[in-house]
Amino acid sequence: MHIVPQLIFAVLLALAGYCILRSISRIRFNILLGKSYEPSSSIPDRWVNMTLTALGQRKMFKKPLPAILHLFVYLGFLIVNAEMLEIALDGLLGTHRLFAAPLGSFYTFIINVFEFFAVAVIVACAIFLVRRNLVHLKRFTGKEMTKWPTLDANLILIIEIVLMMAFLTMNASDQLLQGQNEHYKATGSFAFSGLLMPLFSGLSASSLLVLERSAWWIHIIGVMIFANYVFYNSKHLHIFFAFLNTYYARLIPQGEIDNMASVTKEVQLMLGLTPTDNTPTDPAAPMRFGAKDVQDLTWKNLMDAYSCTECGRCTEQCPANITGKLLSPRKIMMDTRDRLEEVGNNIRQHGADHQDNKSLFDYISDEEILACTTCNACVEACPVQISPVEIIVQMRRYRVMEESKAPGSWNAMFSNIENNQAPWKFSPADRFNWADKL
Amino acid sequence: MSELNKVPLAAELLAEGKSFDVLFWVGCAGSFDERVKSVTRSFVKILNHLNISYAVLGTEESCTGDPAKRAGNEFLFQMQAMSNIQVLNGYGVKRIVTTCPHCFNTLKNEYPSLGGNYELVHHSTFLQELIDTGQLKMKESGSFKGQKITYHDSCYLGRANGVYEAPRKVLEVLDADLVEMKRCKTKGLCCGAGGGQMFKEPEKGTKDINVERTEEAIATGATVIAAACPFCMTMLTDGVKNKEKESTIKVYDLAELIAQNEGL
Repeated sequence: MHIVPQLIFAVLLALAGYCILRSISRIRFNILLGKSYEPSSSIPDRWVNMTLTALGQRKMFKKPLPAILHLFVYLGFLIVNAEMLEIALDGLLGTHRLFAAPLGSFYTFIINVFEFFAVAVIVACAIFLVRRNLVHLKRFTGKEMTKWPTLDANLILIIEIVLMMAFLTMNASDQLLQGQNEHYKATGSFAFSGLLMPLFSGLSASSLLVLERSAWWIHIIGVMIFANYVFYNSKHLHIFFAFLNTYYARLIPQGEIDNMASVTKEVQLMLGLTPTDNTPTDPAAPMRFGAKDVQDLTWKNLMDAYSCTECGRCTEQCPANITGKLLSPRKIMMDTRDRLEEVGNNIRQHGADHQDNKSLFDYISDEEILACTTCNACVEACPVQISPVEIIVQMRRYRVMEESKAPGSWNAMFSNIENNQAPWKFSPADRFNWADKL
Repeated sequence: MSELNKVPLAAELLAEGKSFDVLFWVGCAGSFDERVKSVTRSFVKILNHLNISYAVLGTEESCTGDPAKRAGNEFLFQMQAMSNIQVLNGYGVKRIVTTCPHCFNTLKNEYPSLGGNYELVHHSTFLQELIDTGQLKMKESGSFKGQKITYHDSCYLGRANGVYEAPRKVLEVLDADLVEMKRCKTKGLCCGAGGGQMFKEPEKGTKDINVERTEEAIATGATVIAAACPFCMTMLTDGVKNKEKESTIKVYDLAELIAQNEGL
C-alpha cells in the first residue's frame, strides 16, 4: 500500500527529468546551429566575470530596488531548492522529513531560513506583479511585449508564489499534526509557517493530514511542472543561461567589432599582400557575408537569445527607442529566439536542407537595424551581457555585402571613402588645408 | 601657417632624418569639417606650445574605415585599415593620439588583428597626462572660472573603451563648475551620430536623438557643453541651434577649452 505513492513519485520524477532533458537537448541543438565562436579571454577571467556578473548580480545593482527584490527571489530559489533534496528522498523512500532526526536543532534552524526566503520570495513576487500589472513601468511594455511574453512573465511570478505558499502550508499543517499523528515527529517550531497555524487549527487530524499531503504533492509536482515549463520555452531560462552566457561573454572593449577573417584574405590578395591565413578556401563551401538567418550568427549570439529574460533594460536605454524609432534591442533578441525555434523545429521535422522561404529579416526589419547608433547602451545595461548590436551589425553586413542594399546616403559615404579617403566628398589633396589657418 | 605654428609632417621629418614620439591622427572630421578643424588647430597649438615631439600624416592620412564597418561594409573597412597600416608601419609609428573617439576605437581595437599595433591615446587622456606631469599648467583666473560646464560622454570613448575620468579631470583644471547630466558616464545618452548615423537621415521617430540629448544638457543650466568627439560636436551644435540657444550656450571640445584658457 505504502509503495504506491513512492511508485507514483518515482514515475513523475523520471518523467519530469526525461522531459527536461529533451528540452535541453532541443535548445542545445538549436544553439549549435550557429557559427563558431571562440571567447578570446582566459579561463580564469571568464570564471571571475561569471562569478561577479551572474552569481554576484553585479549589473543588477544599477537599479537598487528591483535588484534587492530580485536578490531575494534568486537566493530563495537557490536556498529553498536545497529542501528539494529531502523532499525527493522522502518521496522515493517513503520516509517523512528524513533529515529532521539526524540534524536535530540544526534542521529547525535550516527550515526557518528556508521559510524566511519563502516569505521573501512571496513578497518580492507580489511586488513584481504589482509593478508589471498595476504600475505599468514603461520597460515592461513595448510592441514586442505581446500576449505570450506578458503572460509568461506573470505566470512565472504566480507559480513561484503558489510554490512558496504550498511549502509554508505544508510546514504549518505538519506542525499541527505533530503530537496528533505519530508519523509526524517533532521538528521544533518554524517561525513563518507558525503564523499560518491559527488558520488551520480548527481542522480535524484527518483533514490536516489531507492538507499536509496535498501541500506536499502540490509543491513537488509544481516544482516539476515549473522546471519543465522553464526549459520548454520560457524567458525564465535566464536562471540557467545567465551563468553560461557570462562565462562565454566577450571580455573585450565593448566598442570592438570583430574583423571578418573571410574578408581579410580577399582584401590582402586585392592589395597584393601575402595572406596571413594560408589555409586554402574550399570553393564548394557556401560562403555568406553577414547574417540573413539565425544559422549565420555565432552560437554565442544564439545563446544570448536564450539568455534574455525580457527585462527591457536594454530598450529603456536605447537612444533610438527613446526617441520613438522602431528599434528595440529586446525585440532583436526575442525575434532571434523565435526564429531560431522555428528553424530548429523545421530542421528536426524536415531535415537539414529544409527551406521555409523565410529568414531573420521576416522578423527584424531594415528600419530597425538601420536605426542603431552602435552606442552599446543596451550591452552596458544588460545584466547578463547580451549583445543585440552584434546581431544588428551582422544583418547590416548581409544587406550591404550580399545584396548591396544600403540607404543611398550610405552608398554615397562608401564611395566617398573609396575615392576620396573620407566619408564626405572632399578632395584628398585638401586634407591638410586645416593647417593653413594656424 | 606661421613658423611658430608649423605642423610637422611625418614625411618631412623622415626626409630630414628626424623622428617623433607621437603621431597625431587628425581624422576626416578634424581635417574637413569647418567647425571641427578649429578643434584640430586648438590641439596642435597646445602640442606646439608644449614642444611635444609629434607629427601628422597630412594628405597621407585616410579614413580609418569606422563608418563603413559599422554600416556593414567590412570590405571597405579592411581595405582602408590595411592601407593605413602600411602607411603607419612605414613610419614606424608606436604611439598615436587622436581627437576622434571613433578613430581611437578603430585604431586601438580593430587594427591589431590586421597587423597594426599601436599605443592609442585619446586627446582627453593625453591632456590629462600633460596636466598630471605638470607640463600643462592652468592660469590662475582662466576665462571659464566659475562657469557651468557639462560634459557629454562620447559612446566610443566611454562605454566602448571605458574612458570616463580623463575628460572630467581635464575640465577640472578650468576651475569651472562641472555639472553632470542625468544620463552620464556608463549611462550616457548617445548624440545620435554613431554606427553610421552621421551619414544618413534618422529613421522615423518622435524626436531626433541629438535634440533629446541637447535638452538634457540645457536642463543642467550649463553655459558650455564640453564634447570630446567631432561627431558629438556636430550633433550637439545642431541640437543647440534647434533649441535656439546658440547665443547663450556654446559647444566646445576639450582642446578648445584648454587652448582658450591658455590664451593660445
